[in-house]
Amino acid sequence: MNETYRFIGKGTPRKDGVDIVTGKARYIDDVRPGPMLHGKVLRSPFPHAEIKKIDTVKAKAAPGVRAVLTHADVPPWMTGMPRHVKVLDQRVRFVGDAVALVAADTLEQAVAALDLIKVVYEKLPAVFDMDAALAPGAPRLHDMFPGNVVSDFPAFGPNTLSKVVRGDVEKGFKDADFISEGTFGYENFANPLPIEPPGVIAQWEDEQRLTVWSGTQSASWHRWIMQSKMGFPDIRAITTQCGGSFGSKNYAPQCMFYAAALAKATGKAVKVSYTKDEHFGAFVLRLGSRFCGKIGMKKDGTVTALAGEWMVDNGAFSDMSQSQIAVGCGEAQLVINCENWNLSTKLVCTNRCPAGVIRGFGGQELESAFAPLLADVMTQAELDPVEFFKKNYVKPGGQYIWREGNLWTCRGKDYTKAMEKGAAEFKWKDKWKGWLKPTSAEGSQRTGVGVGIHGNADVGEDDSEAYIRLNADGTATIHASVSESGMGQRSSLCKMAAEILQLPLAKVHMTPPDTLVNPFDFGLVGSRGTYAVGSAVIDAAEDALKQLFGRAAPMLGVQSQDLETRDARIFVKGKPEQALTWSKAIGIMRSVTGYGEFKADYSVPNFLILFVEVEVDTDTGGIKLKKVTTATDAGRIIDPPSLHGQLFGALGSAGLDTAIFEETIIDKKSGHMLNMNLTDYKWRTFNELPEFNNIILETPFPTHRFKAIGIGEISTSPGPGAVLMAVSNALGKPLHEYPLTPDRILKACGKEKGNPK
Amino acid sequence: MIQTKNRQKKAITLTVNGNLHKLNIGDQPHEISPSYTLAQTLRETLGLTGTKVGCDQGACGSCTVIMDGKPVLSCMTLAIECHGSKITTIEGLADSITGKLHPVQDSFVKHSAFQCGFCTPGIIMASKSLLDRDPSPDPHHVKEALSGHYCRCISHYQVVEAVMDAADKGGQADE
Repeated sequence: MNETYRFIGKGTPRKDGVDIVTGKARYIDDVRPGPMLHGKVLRSPFPHAEIKKIDTVKAKAAPGVRAVLTHADVPPWMTGMPRHVKVLDQRVRFVGDAVALVAADTLEQAVAALDLIKVVYEKLPAVFDMDAALAPGAPRLHDMFPGNVVSDFPAFGPNTLSKVVRGDVEKGFKDADFISEGTFGYENFANPLPIEPPGVIAQWEDEQRLTVWSGTQSASWHRWIMQSKMGFPDIRAITTQCGGSFGSKNYAPQCMFYAAALAKATGKAVKVSYTKDEHFGAFVLRLGSRFCGKIGMKKDGTVTALAGEWMVDNGAFSDMSQSQIAVGCGEAQLVINCENWNLSTKLVCTNRCPAGVIRGFGGQELESAFAPLLADVMTQAELDPVEFFKKNYVKPGGQYIWREGNLWTCRGKDYTKAMEKGAAEFKWKDKWKGWLKPTSAEGSQRTGVGVGIHGNADVGEDDSEAYIRLNADGTATIHASVSESGMGQRSSLCKMAAEILQLPLAKVHMTPPDTLVNPFDFGLVGSRGTYAVGSAVIDAAEDALKQLFGRAAPMLGVQSQDLETRDARIFVKGKPEQALTWSKAIGIMRSVTGYGEFKADYSVPNFLILFVEVEVDTDTGGIKLKKVTTATDAGRIIDPPSLHGQLFGALGSAGLDTAIFEETIIDKKSGHMLNMNLTDYKWRTFNELPEFNNIILETPFPTHRFKAIGIGEISTSPGPGAVLMAVSNALGKPLHEYPLTPDRILKACGKEKGNPK
Repeated sequence: MIQTKNRQKKAITLTVNGNLHKLNIGDQPHEISPSYTLAQTLRETLGLTGTKVGCDQGACGSCTVIMDGKPVLSCMTLAIECHGSKITTIEGLADSITGKLHPVQDSFVKHSAFQCGFCTPGIIMASKSLLDRDPSPDPHHVKEALSGHYCRCISHYQVVEAVMDAADKGGQADE
């Protein structure tokens, strides 16, 4: 690294840090844009039913109630992919599905009015898993999806990836020395469960202009995605600080519909904040994922063929499942470099809470499902999985079909060194004793190690725009539609701009996330903040500087290229005495605005390898996570604490712990969730932290001004498969089910209830 | 409506961040209902929205405030139970005149000991309370004291470092 930087790579305090620690940071439940009503949703107690009658007379007459809406009187807006989800429907499709909406002066009045709505349901048979949904004669959830299979894949254009067909699998299997075959699932429907429940405030400025406030992750989604679903009103989307998202709160389409419909009906601003119950039961879960197929491999670890079907459980409707399938199909090719593929997919509707966007976005679901298959074929070949992963991930020059259906050639970096450094830190070679062999065994305590890998080419996904305004007072204002949901990206963008403009960090600010004042940005997804958004901001800063120097050059009697700036002074290079303030160059009644953009680039995938060491107690069935090491290459770290935070995040948001204890349990008789609270839904506490080390290399990526690449999203994804491998090794037998609850461990040890050994 | 003789509104007093509040019990907009939680009263009635409500079920710790020297879950505490109490919220930690941050707050900023920041006020209040009780905890004590706090972003490692760093500085904030 030749260039030294003033801000890049240094841990600087988050710009919103003082607000966060003093309670000044404003989240959606903290903002009061003006007088507003409170909206509540009446939810279905049945997993599948037709609404025969709704009586709202009493509710409408209750104190403080301003509107009660049912399927008969909501606007005809539709969401879902393809469009199949109404604001309210006459049919309910999961326990918690929306039945009616109430707006009242106070929250208490709205809640009380829900009890006064009388609904007559005709119960319908329900399906809670893919087998039941696909069985002949199964009840159909949506008229437009015969057999409960969603076959329309419009996510990323006409060639959206819904299968991977490459080469000749028959020949591939003939060339294989080892073949593994089977069906494995990752169907625990874990909840990403940010601490803050979702909420939206909506207000119609006039018939065609809607303002929405929300605590969401991608500031522009409530405008550009929702406009087409609501008859193209002019939507102004404003985001507050977001109390965690992990993809799930990229936007909140249903919640926004409810608030906007009630606001339309009442002519007032309406706030709809979900309770934690609603957050658990009626927001988004991970996709259910099952892989049924086979893999062929040569003795040296070359994968010769991969064929099979990836079945995906959508829940009651699809919002972005097809997008996740497309990205999952792409990500599988990134980690298993193979010439011959025949991977088909099937997207299935069931009567459970719908799946939505979650960190890991398809790839985690697919890779976790076929982790046991990979493990089996490597076991046959007695191959060290680290060597296998190192050999089989896509390297520069390697090819993959990405989500929109195009074949891309990787022009990223070789991650082998990062993987080797991670293995060394973890002491993999000492701890790995071979497949199904514990690292140590003493009495009932057995330890084992496992490893997983994940990669994503979405780090340069979609488009971004940004403006930067240089002000005469020596400050700069970044205009970009970027929310703050925990990545620290707003601060990192200020750092990147400050570095280009050579302004103190305190002099660089961002406009609030508001689509009225900012140009388009796709949002903080797929680790695109650094490369995509960052490049647009850097581009804008460079454009602004060019204009600034263009103004200053004649004043100083030199050419633009002879100038440089620092701390809002412009100098002639090598002659610091020949200088001009920004104020003079710009003029106190003027400003200079630069524009920057980024166009989607899917050729630079990132990768992350994750090692785990577990201790399994064969008497209690408990699993203790002892050590986690991640290793990756960030090109150039923009902000060390923020990056480490993203990597530690492997333990949160329905990540690694979906292999140990995280699951949503649904009663298959009633369709009700049995653990929809923070006591029964298990989560990792401060007392259960493993040793956790992040090995981050900085090999310059020429694609970025500061040679950086985004890493954050992928840290959750390799964990589940790695844990399965580690526990299997500890116990000396292959385990396939997620999560590995004490019951399952004891069963694997032959110690089922009533059968003590 | 029946009017009783010598009708006197019931009221409670709370000292929040050094300010004494008299709150009438009732159902008018400026009054608090007997069913109001402390969290609701702080946030909705007194406008102190720094205290966060994550689960409203007493399981995530985000609503933690300090009452009479002890950390309590304000979503599980009725306001009427708090009559005469002294309460400190996240808004009351920094010096009210100079704005100087409390050492724990300062340390959290230095260590970026948060990601989304929603659990942070609760964690800071619990950490402050720990250091008041035990100025030199070891990391194990810190983890124990914070074990009821849900942080989904996984800022735990940076939080423990921040609390230990604040403890090492003996409660003195850096300039």
